[in-house]
Amino acid sequence: MNDDTLLCLDGVTVAFNGFKALNQLSLVIEPGEMRAVIGPNGAGKTTMMDVITGKTRPDSGRVVFGADTDLTRLDEPAIARLGIGRKFQRPTVFESLSVRENLLLALAGDRSPRFALWARETASERDRVEAILTTIRLGYERNRLAGELSHGQKQWLEIGMLLAQEPQLLLVDEPVAGMTDAETAQTAELLRAINRTRTVVVVEHDMAFVRALGVKVTVLHEGRVLSEGSIDHVSTDPRVIEVYLGR
Amino acid sequence: MPVDRTTVATLAAVLGGTALIAVLNLALPAAGALHVSDFVVSLVGKYLCYAILALAVDLVWGYVGILTLGHAAFFALGGYAMGMYLMREIGARGVYANPILPDFMVFIGWKQLPWYWYGFDHFWFALAMVVAVPGLLAAVFGWFAFRSRVSGVYLSIITQALTYALMLAFFRNEMGFGGNNGMTDFKDILGFPLNREATSVGLMLVSAGALSAAFLLARAMTRSRFGKVLVAVRDSEPRTRFLGYRPETYKLTAWVVSAVIAAIGGALYVPQVGIINPSEFSPANSIEAVIWVAVGGRGTLSGAILGAVLVNLGKTWLTSALPEIWLFAIGALFIFVTLFMPRGIIGLFAGHRVATATAEAGGPAAEPGAAAAAESAAREAAG
Repeated sequence: MNDDTLLCLDGVTVAFNGFKALNQLSLVIEPGEMRAVIGPNGAGKTTMMDVITGKTRPDSGRVVFGADTDLTRLDEPAIARLGIGRKFQRPTVFESLSVRENLLLALAGDRSPRFALWARETASERDRVEAILTTIRLGYERNRLAGELSHGQKQWLEIGMLLAQEPQLLLVDEPVAGMTDAETAQTAELLRAINRTRTVVVVEHDMAFVRALGVKVTVLHEGRVLSEGSIDHVSTDPRVIEVYLGR
Repeated sequence: MPVDRTTVATLAAVLGGTALIAVLNLALPAAGALHVSDFVVSLVGKYLCYAILALAVDLVWGYVGILTLGHAAFFALGGYAMGMYLMREIGARGVYANPILPDFMVFIGWKQLPWYWYGFDHFWFALAMVVAVPGLLAAVFGWFAFRSRVSGVYLSIITQALTYALMLAFFRNEMGFGGNNGMTDFKDILGFPLNREATSVGLMLVSAGALSAAFLLARAMTRSRFGKVLVAVRDSEPRTRFLGYRPETYKLTAWVVSAVIAAIGGALYVPQVGIINPSEFSPANSIEAVIWVAVGGRGTLSGAILGAVLVNLGKTWLTSALPEIWLFAIGALFIFVTLFMPRGIIGLFAGHRVATATAEAGGPAAEPGAAAAAESAAREAAG
């Protein structure tokens, strides 16, 4: 591995009852990059996220984070603590806790029950939560229960929780699904702001949104990389057109 | 930690109520109109023990979402540990006048005290076992269950299987716990005769103290950051994992604390009712405890106590007035509460506004004013 690699998938294969969700998938993400991953349903996008975050163990292949950490040997909490955050497709927040409490629990720090039993909120924690509230534009909702937020607000809260984790790498699964146009535009802006300090991988269906992001695109198909490059490059690639329109 | 009205009211009701009953029982002449009978004292003592069990159930069901259908197992184990002390305390006063062996062992022809009965002639040892045995069982059970990510209805079923298996085991005479008769004919506790009214009042007051302590402990736990993580695990366990938490360690901690609280309830229950037998492990007992919590208000702690006392008041009345309909009544009550009062009795007090706000919460267009009002109401209810 060289220094220009934050995450490297090398020949990763995952089979479910013989169906190869990922088939010798290889992918390299550079530090500081924002990458969009697109592909038709069943292309393996979510399985790829599952493999990186430790939810699914690959049948073969390696997933290397940073210099030499093999992620396939670790479970979800261990990988999260290494600095990989994941946003789910459906917004997943703690509905019975307030917006502030959601962010407080997500803040990087000790995760042990023993610490949590005695933890008191510090001034620095309060400041970090407030800063994130500003970034995700939920300051005026800070004491509201997360379950009462709108769909788009929940998506932002979840992104805010990822930020609170202070990850090096953010995996974001369909962040604009079900969002209004205005919310979609704000989300693109938010992701670009996040990308100033962190590496981001966005899985998305919405081609307009991917175009708006203006980043390098990887097209997955049947568990492997079909095409890679700028959005203009991949959208004129005959193989991509075949997959998206040909059937 | 901010003190709120519900907490104060709960503690005042438990400690003040029992203190009043104690005075009315001991200080007033038995013929007086205000005199509280010994029967009522023992009944209240029993309800307090049930309330401790309910509190334990609420800690894991209300806050972590583990629907336990086997918590009476921990209650009964605590009860058995106390029962073993009370048996040894009888000494030579038993029917067979054996200074070492309890009557039931003499009856089945045992000559020697089994090793696991050693030490139970000491009160402190029995107390240690009240905590250690159920705590250890909960730790082992929880470690396997939570690590292998068993949850939801499957977890409920194995908690039920746990208590059922224990019931069958304790029915066997060869286990050395008195078989289906269990243990009874207790004489005294720490030298205080159990048939004296002052002892009954004392046990009731100790139960009230234990309930209050367990309530404050559970309250402190659930209000800490630890408690917020418990609720987070209940809402979305995968999310906590991807945030770097290990939900199984949080569940296990809450589970073991809850089991120990239940066991202490059982240990206080046995000297007050004067008997412990395997029927205490019966699955129906665990399910009843869940119903108490649902009636009072899940996830509120105070509601668990209230529900345990109210449902058992009803049970005491109904099983003497119309014994054959009790099971139907409690079944109907559970269905009614689940359908029409999901937040229990405490939820009714918390006000109508919260309920409507929660119902509207799904919509993105909730108006800010209403939302703020609902928020403050919810805070008040929770706080």
